[in-house]
Formats: sequence, C-alpha cells, structure tokens
Amino acid sequence: MIVPVVPTVLAALFDLSDPPRYLHWHFFQMSVANVIVIALMIAVFAAAVLIPFPKRERTP
Amino acid sequence: MSDEKRAPVSAAERQMWTTWVRERAVRALPPEKLLPDRQPAYVSSWIYVFGVATIAALIVIVVSGMVLGLKGPTWWHISSLGRFFNSIHLWAVELFFFAMVVHLWGKFFMAAWRGGRARTWVTGAITFLVAIGAAFTGYLSQQNFDSQWIASEGKDGLNSVGIGAFFNVANFGQMYTFHVILLPVVVVALVVWHVLLVRRHGVVPPYPARVKAATASRPAAEEGSAP
Repeated sequence: MIVPVVPTVLAALFDLSDPPRYLHWHFFQMSVANVIVIALMIAVFAAAVLIPFPKRERTP
Repeated sequence: MSDEKRAPVSAAERQMWTTWVRERAVRALPPEKLLPDRQPAYVSSWIYVFGVATIAALIVIVVSGMVLGLKGPTWWHISSLGRFFNSIHLWAVELFFFAMVVHLWGKFFMAAWRGGRARTWVTGAITFLVAIGAAFTGYLSQQNFDSQWIASEGKDGLNSVGIGAFFNVANFGQMYTFHVILLPVVVVALVVWHVLLVRRHGVVPPYPARVKAATASRPAAEEGSAP
C-alpha cells in the first residue's frame, strides 16, 4: 500500500479529526488557529514597518 | 491629453454626455496621474506592499472562482484537479484577508484619511465589509456538511440582528448567486473606485514627511494633499 507522504505528514502535524482547540480566559474565547493567524498578521505588520525596503539602483 | 493638443470643443459637442464625462474624467485623472511612473520616496516601504498584494490575491480568487463556477460542485468535491482549484480559491481568500488586514492596520496608523482622502478610506472600509459577506456566502456555497452547519448557525446570527427575513442562508441558489455575481461585482467595483481615488489623491505621506514637507515649502492649506 502506497501512502502519500505530504498529506500523511501534514495530517500528523494538523489533526483535523479532533474538535478545534480553544483559548479561553474570562470573556476571551478564540480558536488556536485564529490566534495563530492574528499573531502572524501582527508579526508581518511589525516586519513590514521595521525591515528596510530594498533600494533599486538608478540608471543614469 | 491636455486641452492644448485637442481641437476646441464646439457648443454642440459640449452638450453631449460623452464630452461631459470625458472632460471630467481627464480633469480628475490625467494620464500621468492615472498611470504614474514614479512615486514619492516614502512609498519605498514594505507597508505599502499589502494593498497591491490584496489586489493580486483578488485576481487569483476571481480566476479560480470562474473555473469552479464553470465546472460545478461535483467537480470541486470529487476530482483531484477540482479539489486543487477549490484549495487555490480558499487559500487565495485567506491571503486576501491577511493582506487586507495588514493594509488596513498600516493605513489606520498612518491616518490615511488625511489630506482629502476620506473617500479613499471609506471605500476601503466598505470593501472590507462587503468582502466578509462574499466570503461568508462562499462558505455557504460549498455544498457539504460544513456549509449546512454554517447556514444553520448563520441563520440564527442574522435573525438575532433582525435581518434574517432578507436573506435565506439555507437557500443554496440565493447564496450562490450572491457569491458568484452580486458581491464579487460590488467588491471589484469598490476596489477599482478605491484605486482610482488613490491615483487621484496620491498615497498618504507618513507623519514626519508631512511635517517636513509643510515646513519646507508648502503653504499650510496644502498640508497632506497629493504629493
């Protein structure tokens, strides 16, 4: 039996068969997936502000 | 095209609606402003990339959506190529909202409504809201148990805010029409309007550049206007 590698590895990392996990603290409740996406957006926003944009060489 | 290069418009021509539209359009957006070949120095920053990244994702969404619409639900559920295009469509939407939110944050902290750019800000904000509706109807159009679950939850949500009588989220035909025709047309039209407003009023300058420009050469009344 041939097992497709990539789907098997991904399925091991991200088990979608179980109910989603939630972070819950007082009134705050959000799925871990959404928390990760929001954290990624904040990280990308900070990187976009801080990392210098490459300068293009001007031809005379 | 400048007025010097054209023959003067006659009185009869001036009464034509085409003349009226053309003259107003060229006055508002002359070609060098519509398709510029350079931007101010402060645009050289990664934070200015996310608007065009959003548009790039939107193009992928529209093209992959057209393929999905042509082939139909059985194809996107059963065949491997159909599932591939289904995934392209989904992940393009994920990137669309990701880039759009970072773009929104960037413009919010720049106060991008400064200098007569309120309509640019408002069209962007409305595009965001309409896009949420487009994505929601997309989830409802999947034709699987997930869409049925989202429809039943969404129906409760819409009823709770008093608009449940206007939309039947359990009606696939209605939601599919919203998803593939009505809302995409509105989103694309708003994006085109938004980009034309950016072309007309220019990219908003950051705060320090605005202060320097104002103290260096500009009169106070022009602060924050087009660069």
